[in-house]
Amino acid sequence: MKYEYFDVTADVGVKAFGSTINEVFENSAIAVFHLMCSTKNVAHLKQIRIQVKSTDLEGLIREWLTQLLGLKDIHGMMFSKFKVQVDEKKMSLEGVGWGEETQEKHLIKTEVKAVTSHLIEVKKNKQWQAKFILDL
Amino acid sequence: MALKKISDCEWELEKGYQKGMLVPGRIFANKTILRDIEDGALRQCANVASIPGILKYSIAMPDIHYGYGFPIGGVAAFDSDTGVISPGGVGFDINCGVRLLKTNLSIDDIKPNIKELIDNIFQNIPSGVGKKGKIRLSIPELEDVFYRGAEWAADNEYGWKKDLDNIEENGRMLNSDPNKVSDFAKKRGAPQLGTLGSGNHFLEIQQVDKIFDKDLANAYGILDEGQVTVMIHTGSRGCGHQICSDYLNEMERAAKKYGIKIPDRQLACAPAKSIEAQNYYDAMKCGVNYGFANRQAITHWTRESFENVLHEDSESLDMQTIYEVAHNIAKLEEHVVDGKKKQVYVHRKGATRAFGPHTTGIPKKYQDYGQPVIIPGDMGSASYLLAGTEKAMKTTFGSTCHGAGRRISRAAAKRKFRGDAVIKAMAKQGIYVRATNKTMIAEEAHGAYKDVNEVVRSAVESGISKVVARLTPVGVTKG
Repeated sequence: MKYEYFDVTADVGVKAFGSTINEVFENSAIAVFHLMCSTKNVAHLKQIRIQVKSTDLEGLIREWLTQLLGLKDIHGMMFSKFKVQVDEKKMSLEGVGWGEETQEKHLIKTEVKAVTSHLIEVKKNKQWQAKFILDL
Repeated sequence: MALKKISDCEWELEKGYQKGMLVPGRIFANKTILRDIEDGALRQCANVASIPGILKYSIAMPDIHYGYGFPIGGVAAFDSDTGVISPGGVGFDINCGVRLLKTNLSIDDIKPNIKELIDNIFQNIPSGVGKKGKIRLSIPELEDVFYRGAEWAADNEYGWKKDLDNIEENGRMLNSDPNKVSDFAKKRGAPQLGTLGSGNHFLEIQQVDKIFDKDLANAYGILDEGQVTVMIHTGSRGCGHQICSDYLNEMERAAKKYGIKIPDRQLACAPAKSIEAQNYYDAMKCGVNYGFANRQAITHWTRESFENVLHEDSESLDMQTIYEVAHNIAKLEEHVVDGKKKQVYVHRKGATRAFGPHTTGIPKKYQDYGQPVIIPGDMGSASYLLAGTEKAMKTTFGSTCHGAGRRISRAAAKRKFRGDAVIKAMAKQGIYVRATNKTMIAEEAHGAYKDVNEVVRSAVESGISKVVARLTPVGVTKG
């Protein structure tokens, strides 16, 4: 399983999984965009590079996803594919998002306003897991 | 539950409820509402009670529900010297708020036109996820919006100058500083001014269903039952979301720097006088002004749509702004604490300012009555027009509830309701709904929310508001 959602009264919680730290960041992004649209209908026509830094993994994942939400607004687009390289030592990330301009075929659902810090967690047990709550 | 009864609608969450609480919690709810409050929301109320400098108590309004740090429906006031400012106490949608327009139309005048009106508004006002607006702003123009809020919009022929008299803060929070807003937030804000957004945001044509207080109603411009009103509920869009996100990072660093221990990362804050807190406050005001300008532009197009469909000038339809309130905001206000006047930072997260009569900051014409308070209900029920009271000034830092408040999660609502069935059921009630997608309609279904009538009853019976009129929807547009 790449990700799952959990109930929060007014918002939505996400648990994303991955065998590597990079994968869990990528799957988290897919989970966020899948809430907003039908990601399988979003072609990979436009590519945007992202670099972010933080002080811990929780900050880093929030910043990564926040950048994507911002770019969605700035470019009026949806993303559907992601590639991430996390540098845990430098606590930084280089990523790429692919997508295209928002259009009807994306079957837009709801808007994700922001990634909250409430109960946010990125950890490794058997596999990597990220848990966070989105403000809708 | 560690709740001590103060009165039938007022309960104290005792300091012993959770370790670290500096003050008790105070919950304004009747027994029906109290039954529905989740333990998680009470824990969040208690968490807020543990933030340094909090005054009197951590306040929970009757529409309180579990949020993402601060509870939604919460009010917290902090000493301006020894307290803090917290972006989480405002939330991501800075200056999410509501405007109410009146008309001189009666429901019978527009019954045959409701569908056409809503369809015209739906076409005229961009709504939906990440939607770009019709206003094209350069960055310097956007900075002007940050400075001047609704005043910028009125000067650019979006709406009327006289609207400004009837907006909280006159549609402009002073001393905002665009230099405190990141370039990324500016880029995010520039294309979205004049857009409704998605989620629980809406634009609704309503009729006055019941007048409870004739004097207050008349003072606010509500003259008859059946009178048509328009309600606009939206905020500062991606611009506000980004300002909050940026400063959460900043505040996490600041909380560590100043040794502030917080029970939840989303409650990150800094001492009110610190550079970090003041930077956020000046940036937040930019977001607030963006929200004011946004609703002012939407008001303009709403009037335009009425003119298009009814072939009558909006001035002659008397489409004046009754009032506009913000329900996600922090403000430096003067309140009496322990018998002394004090400057305090009041954080209203899903709560509405409800200043009573003869209070600075409300329009002259409403001075004898208290400010109008606008409570949007959910799609299938009713909204309310209330008035602020002296009791609110004394007990809740001049605040009251902000809406119905969610009862069940979005996912649970989608399991329980189907969008097309909700639309059909609403059509049976005589409500025409136009939305960009049906899934969202299920999420926002009437049954997903608390009973707004009980929420308002709690606010009124506890004395923090007076009930003026009930407004029911006849047409709704949603993003």
